[in-house]
Amino acid sequence: MVAIVDYGVGNLFSLKSSFEMIGAQTIVTGDKEKIMSADRIILPGVGAFGDAAQKLNKTGLDRVIIEEAKKGKPIMGICLGMQLLLEKSYEYGEHKGLGLIKGEIRPIADVIPKDLKIPHIGWNALVFKGKKSDIFKYIKEGDFVYFVHSYYAAARDKNIIAATEYGAELTAAVQDKNVYGCQFHPEKSGNVGLNILRAFCETEV
Amino acid sequence: MITKRIIPCLDVKDGRVVKGVNFLGLSDVSSPVGLAKYYSDNGADELVFYDITASSEGRALFTDILCEVARTIFIPLTVGGGINTVNDFDRVLKCGADKVSVNSGAIRNPNLIYEAAKLYGNQCVVISADVKRVDGVFRVFAKGGRENTGMEAIEWIKRCVDNGAGEVVLNSIDTDGVKQGFDIEMLDAVCNAVNVPVIASGGAGCIDDFVKLFLTLPKVDAGLAASIFHFNEVSIKDLKNKLAENGIPVRI
Repeated sequence: MVAIVDYGVGNLFSLKSSFEMIGAQTIVTGDKEKIMSADRIILPGVGAFGDAAQKLNKTGLDRVIIEEAKKGKPIMGICLGMQLLLEKSYEYGEHKGLGLIKGEIRPIADVIPKDLKIPHIGWNALVFKGKKSDIFKYIKEGDFVYFVHSYYAAARDKNIIAATEYGAELTAAVQDKNVYGCQFHPEKSGNVGLNILRAFCETEV
Repeated sequence: MITKRIIPCLDVKDGRVVKGVNFLGLSDVSSPVGLAKYYSDNGADELVFYDITASSEGRALFTDILCEVARTIFIPLTVGGGINTVNDFDRVLKCGADKVSVNSGAIRNPNLIYEAAKLYGNQCVVISADVKRVDGVFRVFAKGGRENTGMEAIEWIKRCVDNGAGEVVLNSIDTDGVKQGFDIEMLDAVCNAVNVPVIASGGAGCIDDFVKLFLTLPKVDAGLAASIFHFNEVSIKDLKNKLAENGIPVRI
């Protein structure tokens, strides 16, 4: 059972549908017990970091996610959900994240040429970094995924498992053992995205 | 390298795609789900659904259809038509739409874009503008291109972006349906005025029109078309191969 964490941020319909498509059982929930009893956790999110972090904190779901991660349960953050896994973000101020992945969230504008548009929207290619992650076992380097973001994860090299080129090399995916994060939207990235979710569902618990 | 997007547009009325299509292996040519899946499997980067239904029954049916599409295909979906309030945003986003396109609704209610962007983020709000030259000036038209609002188009589009629109679909009424190519001059003016993605619409008649579009205006992010895809005059696969041959980055 995959628990998709519902904390009032973003639209979870496509995410739920994509897991159904690959035959995985899902539950969309904000209930701590249900999240704790699931085999895997998806942390979604769109919108602003500060607002989302506050919602996770208010509901106490931040502590549940951190505890489950420490127990070794596979967790994947998607888009803003990935950014929340890091230590802090500079989006409209300074906000504390879950700290499951070392590093911070910074504006793309700091690293890309001025003539490029922000947000980085559209299909861009994955460049694998380091040892190929188990969530990429069904896809190949150069495969395209769909991005929509204005901030990126400045993480340690050893935690960056994929990048993408947009005037600079931007972090596309991160991993620290059982904790994974995708800056792009696997649920909007066609078969490539479904194959990433399928591989995530097969990661060892 | 970010790729240029190719976007088929489907008009839906009373739950069916208008302008039937005859694709090989597609038995029901006016099924929104079947057609959406066909395009998704054949290289479309995104889909736009326009609800051209007038009745409220039709609207409810459209929403059902949208949910069905979003359950079946996993590429970005933009929805337009009949978007007049924040509640309309909510209605289609809950069914799996990723972006919502506003046109007449934004003309009638100047706060709509701002309110929606604040709630759902700029990336979710698309301003779709129908623009036509009147005495040498670009003017915004409302009601599906039937009514001249008198507003100067570039200023209008800039204002929409300032209010929070994260993407612009520019439909040139002058080139729409003529199939002689996109409106390069009008698109250039818009590209120079805003720094959000611009989607070209109106005028595509053949593959070379897309090649010319992206080579002449590297700032254009996507090309949108309906009938040439629906009538299989241009296959997205052939189109993308040709773009790649010309050094234009595409997802193949």
